[in-house]
Amino acid sequence: MLEHVELFFKSIFVDNMVFAYFLGMCSYLAVSKKVSTAVGLGAAVIFVLTVTVPLNWFLDQYILQPGALAWLDGNRATPELSAYADYDLSFLSFILFIATIATMVQLVEIIVEKFSPSLYNSLGIFLPLIAVNCAILGGSLFMQSREIETAGLALNYGFSSGIGWFLAIVAIAAIREKIRYSNVPAPLRGLGITFIITGLMAIGFMSFGGMLTGGDDAAPSLEGQPEKVGLQLEESIETETAQAAVISE
Amino acid sequence: MGLLSKKDAKLILDPLTDDNPITIQVLGICSALAITAQLKPSIVMAVSVIFVLGIGNVVISLMRNIIPSKIRIIVQLIVVATLVIIVDQVLKAFAYELSKELSVFIGLIITNCIIMGRFEAFALGNGPWRSFLDGVGNALGYGVILVVVGFFRELLGSGTLFGFKVLGDPITKTGLYAIGYENNGFMVLPPMALIVVGIIIWVQRSRNKALIEEN
Repeated sequence: MLEHVELFFKSIFVDNMVFAYFLGMCSYLAVSKKVSTAVGLGAAVIFVLTVTVPLNWFLDQYILQPGALAWLDGNRATPELSAYADYDLSFLSFILFIATIATMVQLVEIIVEKFSPSLYNSLGIFLPLIAVNCAILGGSLFMQSREIETAGLALNYGFSSGIGWFLAIVAIAAIREKIRYSNVPAPLRGLGITFIITGLMAIGFMSFGGMLTGGDDAAPSLEGQPEKVGLQLEESIETETAQAAVISE
Repeated sequence: MGLLSKKDAKLILDPLTDDNPITIQVLGICSALAITAQLKPSIVMAVSVIFVLGIGNVVISLMRNIIPSKIRIIVQLIVVATLVIIVDQVLKAFAYELSKELSVFIGLIITNCIIMGRFEAFALGNGPWRSFLDGVGNALGYGVILVVVGFFRELLGSGTLFGFKVLGDPITKTGLYAIGYENNGFMVLPPMALIVVGIIIWVQRSRNKALIEEN
């Protein structure tokens, strides 16, 4: 349970798709002019990531990894005995992952259109965009390279990275709506200022880095400082009062 | 440019400046930012994208009349994925350290918006030779930004270029460090990539007023 909670918060804040890895920046910049459209795209990304990451996890576990094909002759428990133990198909992962994503996006589009026309109308135009959103493929590739252990964790990872992306795009859309009333230097207007704001937001998100370590590595230096500062303050106050006393005399 | 007609040369030269994929068309930013902390990965990434986009544009252009328009996105993705697998395998074989460093970002060339964008906007409607030029031109425009960002981030962040200590040694205090210069460690962190690109956009648009956006 604890690992689920940890992964959840880590994927949203520490390893935020946009601010830590710049994934899905293209649609992040293109569709963030209004909060309402940003919410639509963000929701679609959460949805597709939640579906595709676990799906690709199964593909990775049972087809792509070295020795993953052992289940073909019933030797999953003792892979080294299997006739298929030496097969390593991991070079195919890009093509399989992207095919899964493209198919899932198409499938999701058809299903949503059939069963929930209102949701389709709000998500509709964004769904095809998502097939080529780096955040989706990035989610699957990070899932593979970080060797996430169970399907549950993979589901959690997909969902929480989606939320992180959602947060980022809604936040920047809100800022861009407000910044229209500000006097931005002409050459920076639009794209330029959006880049710089995103940079500043990313610096802000870096401060979440210590969240999961409990501040252990940073703690000693932080504890040491206030006392020193306090001492210096006291000293300076003392000297000031001394000086004041001298002057008054 | 005796080899190319004026119109063809424009295909290559325009994306380098006034129609740059990153700063004007806003495509392909994802990978541009994450790998530019140093110059070497930036150049490798640029070369990979030139390869994928040049060849991919030709392949799509040759197939443009037989791809059913309904499934064209999947066909395009498969073509790119195949080319990216080639790049990935070559890197793993000849530059293993570097391919570890680039980690998932080589794979993410597949979803690099420049590639899909050029397929859709150009290769589906033009012949192979012109598509090739367009692909190489746009990939070069992308590469230029990557190299500029990588250059400044590595120089100011770690005081090196390609790993050579061009500003002197910060530990033994030689070169610039002897007179009190310090590396700006902030440049190595990911957020600075965004700010450096923002500044590039600022400079470019100040020089060419036609590019300034309406509010």
